[in-house]
Amino acid sequence: MKKTYIAPNIERNSAGNMNKYGAKSVVKYQDKIDGIPVKEIVEQFGSPVLVLSESQIRRRYRRLMDAMQMHYPKVRLAWSYKTNYLGAVCNIFHQEGSAAEVVSGMEYGMARRLGIPGNEIIFNGPGKKRHELELAIKEGAKIHIDHLDELYLIEKIAKELDLVPQVAIRVNMDTGIYPQWDRFGFNYENGEAFRAISRIASGKAMNIVGLHAHIGTFILDAQAYYYEARALLTLAQRIKDELGITVEYIDLGGGFASQNTLLGSYAPGEFISPTFDQYAEAIGAAFNESSFVSQNLPTLILETGRALIDEAGYLISSVVGKKNLPSGERAVILDAGVNTTITAWWYKLKVTPTRPFPGAYQNTIFYGPLCMNIDVVRPAVPFPDLQTGEPVLVTPVGAYNNTQWMQFIEYRPPVVLISETGKLEMLRPREELGDVIGREMIPEHLRSQ
Amino acid sequence: MNTEKLSNLAMNDNGFIFDPESGYSYTANETGIFILKRMANGMQRQEIFEELSEIYDVSEDNFNSDYAHYMLMLEALDLIDFEGGTLESGLE
Repeated sequence: MKKTYIAPNIERNSAGNMNKYGAKSVVKYQDKIDGIPVKEIVEQFGSPVLVLSESQIRRRYRRLMDAMQMHYPKVRLAWSYKTNYLGAVCNIFHQEGSAAEVVSGMEYGMARRLGIPGNEIIFNGPGKKRHELELAIKEGAKIHIDHLDELYLIEKIAKELDLVPQVAIRVNMDTGIYPQWDRFGFNYENGEAFRAISRIASGKAMNIVGLHAHIGTFILDAQAYYYEARALLTLAQRIKDELGITVEYIDLGGGFASQNTLLGSYAPGEFISPTFDQYAEAIGAAFNESSFVSQNLPTLILETGRALIDEAGYLISSVVGKKNLPSGERAVILDAGVNTTITAWWYKLKVTPTRPFPGAYQNTIFYGPLCMNIDVVRPAVPFPDLQTGEPVLVTPVGAYNNTQWMQFIEYRPPVVLISETGKLEMLRPREELGDVIGREMIPEHLRSQ
Repeated sequence: MNTEKLSNLAMNDNGFIFDPESGYSYTANETGIFILKRMANGMQRQEIFEELSEIYDVSEDNFNSDYAHYMLMLEALDLIDFEGGTLESGLE
């Protein structure tokens, strides 16, 4: 039998290329996901295919809860629907004990479809519409108010319906994080947040049950959560002292970083992203030194999404072809691009071969199949020579991909779940032409060519 | 294409290459060293392909594309010279 061919390659040897963390340049291969051969998944569902691991999702959730409860016992998670709102995924989190955190009428409808009662839904977001608010109020959802016009509207609806909405306000603040997310909610430092609460209290139409903030996304400094928690707890104490209202919960939002590597980052994500323990320690420190906490024991709510599911998502994509770029780099065209894996625009996604390779590697760029210059799945990375048709793993892709993915040029791939028992379950079949044009209409005079 | 420099290189079977003239050393993979050794002996692309395809499972189209890319790498490392010509003329 003939030997497996690999493309010829030569590199000049040089000293000092190792980075200070000593990360190996050797590309490891992975031929199984949760014990199931990648080959078997491709045979059954085709390529590309997005694979989610139920056991990894549950493991991350339990790890976070354990870490948090070491520092503060009364903690609850609200699953951030926008991170991944496939029904099966949401229900994994609901089975684990999560409430639902939604940011639109659409997501609210998704949570209700899964049977989540209104009082288990946190309704965030700056764009809530009147009919959505009416439904949320009727069903007892916790509405986090973003701005004054929304506050007035809720007050008006409450009076019309003769109901008392359960509300919190969203607060923005400076926690030392750049960019400072000041477009959502009411500002803490200039007193706007307290004024909003005072306004709600004086209106006597709503029940103030919580305070909420969300300081940003992919927060690489855990200490920012200490400042956030401290500010919200100070505000809670002031509300109690001056208005006689005791909030039931402090919602710190999400923003915990996953193990992904940001595009501009030198060091890999697994080295610089804080662990759950570091986040928990920062938050726990603020809670445990607060007199409001010791007197009232509020529930701590977290809306962490990305850090719970990113690593549980794998994109299996196959090589369509290879080409040599004038820059001397190798280019590989994959059958899935940024239409499927939109997070490639802000992460250096990991591409992993699915079989062992001998020999040296060369700089390889991974492109998607779209006829657009923007379709880069992974900028140059040292990689072994791939064969046409061969699958690779693109990871981690569990967060924000199958919610933000684009219906653009190609059909979106199927989504498959590997259950805890190792069974492959289809969550969403590959799209067909009908899915794309199903809601499209062509006026009478344009029906023929 | 001028491949004169290649005959001065010390190459071992594991892919280690030393250029006594410049002091640089290089690492080539299995097929890289296979081709380089044959080029140093004055063999042309077609002959190299015929020998290589007896050992490795590769089509001529696939090989030709990789061979052209490899020539660009060697030229960039200043190990071969297209002598003012293009890659195409260098390949002939």
